Amino acid sequence: MEITLQVNGKPRTVDVDPRMSLLDLLRERLGLIGAKKGCDHGQCGACTVLIDGRRALSCLALGVAVDGSEVTTVEGLANGDELHPLQAAFIEHDAFQCGYCTPGQLCSAAGMLGEPGPSAVTEDILVDPDLTPEEIRERMSGNLCRCGAYVNIVSAISEVAR
Amino acid sequence: MKPFDYTRADSAAQAVREYAPGTMYLGGGTNLVDLMRLGVAEPERLVDVSRLPLDTIESVRDRVRVGAAVRNTDLAVDPMIRARYPMLARAVLTGASGQVRNVATVAGNLLQRTRCAYFQDVTRPCNKRRPGSGCPAIAGDHTNLAILGSSEACVATHPSDMAVALAALEAEVHVTGPGGDRIIPMPGLHRLPGEEPERDTVLEPGDLITAVELPPPPAGATVYRKVRERASFAFALVSIAAVLDVGDDGVVAGCRIALGGVAHAPWRAERAEQALIGGPATGEAFLRAAEAELEQARPLPRNAYKVPLTRNLIVSTLEGLAS
Repeated sequence: MEITLQVNGKPRTVDVDPRMSLLDLLRERLGLIGAKKGCDHGQCGACTVLIDGRRALSCLALGVAVDGSEVTTVEGLANGDELHPLQAAFIEHDAFQCGYCTPGQLCSAAGMLGEPGPSAVTEDILVDPDLTPEEIRERMSGNLCRCGAYVNIVSAISEVAR
Repeated sequence: MKPFDYTRADSAAQAVREYAPGTMYLGGGTNLVDLMRLGVAEPERLVDVSRLPLDTIESVRDRVRVGAAVRNTDLAVDPMIRARYPMLARAVLTGASGQVRNVATVAGNLLQRTRCAYFQDVTRPCNKRRPGSGCPAIAGDHTNLAILGSSEACVATHPSDMAVALAALEAEVHVTGPGGDRIIPMPGLHRLPGEEPERDTVLEPGDLITAVELPPPPAGATVYRKVRERASFAFALVSIAAVLDVGDDGVVAGCRIALGGVAHAPWRAERAEQALIGGPATGEAFLRAAEAELEQARPLPRNAYKVPLTRNLIVSTLEGLAS
């Protein structure tokens, strides 16, 4: 099936088998290897991208089902040579070790910063809370880091959230 | 993954017309795509209903109608839902992760399958996946599985948090299908396994959920609490959606208790509710009510911990609501 996506601002038309995930489409067909295949079951967050501006797991999205969408991958976060504030903060705070989960962490954080409303740890459900470290940890719980760089990931995101 | 055809429906009526044996409806896909990858689900054809115009939350007189394709995130952050049904917003927010909630739909949340490890492993027998093949969970790892309403055929649990809140709120599930339209009051959508564990719900082939309608909020204080093995992004060991209305005289005027993580369906603790209504709102009464409910529990060796866990959760939750 022929589908067209806006990927990092550019229209891309590809002929895909309905079985192909957005993750495989990005990596195998478009050469965008930033999004990582960690678990391929929606449990690790390494494949997180933004679909129409919202963070989502590209391993659980069928390419055909996102036909017509805008997709932003980690490759599309920077503005030319100018890093996205989250990328700069991750470097500044040493928010990674092996780096495998980092593209997913960055895309997830970028999406998360645009998500108002309460989370499971928000005391008053009627309030849109400040992004305290506790709120950030809850909201980023879909992104695992086997190196355990969580402490620095939270500080990096906190800096951008301020 | 087995090959399949894909088509996108423009309306609920068209989706139902497209239905034929071997067809599955695709919502956000956060569970179905994974099950297809695991070989657990093998549809010949997907009819994508995720972009149907069923994505609004509307106030209809004193009720609220939530479209089937509303994303979980949008339900949880909706100002009207947060103000009128905080228990529902809270339940949705405790489920899955931000990425999953952004994509998963309301109908898909209701129709997600059990996370029983044997159901998800096609190399093992499972009566739910392959009727008649047996249930290895009963002699094997049932640590997270059911203590109430299970059968010799199946001890799976329903994984949804949202469905537990909807059971306590007595929401109505609106369905269209080849047999026409109907309304199913929660918790009646999901069924106990009995002899047919392959059937999670009372839906018939081709039925499509179009909306969930919320009746006016019940009187009293409400809460959703979830007990799990880690603080976030985990399914419930046990969860509770509770409503408690205590009069000025200290007597329980109304009580609803729905439990998650303990049965094949969201479990309304009717025995406990009946035991409490008209009586005192005391810790002792809460304990007696919880024990009355759990007398019918049939735990297995590795999930017997859920009986005291559920008892204590009921008691502490009601105590919190009463104070």
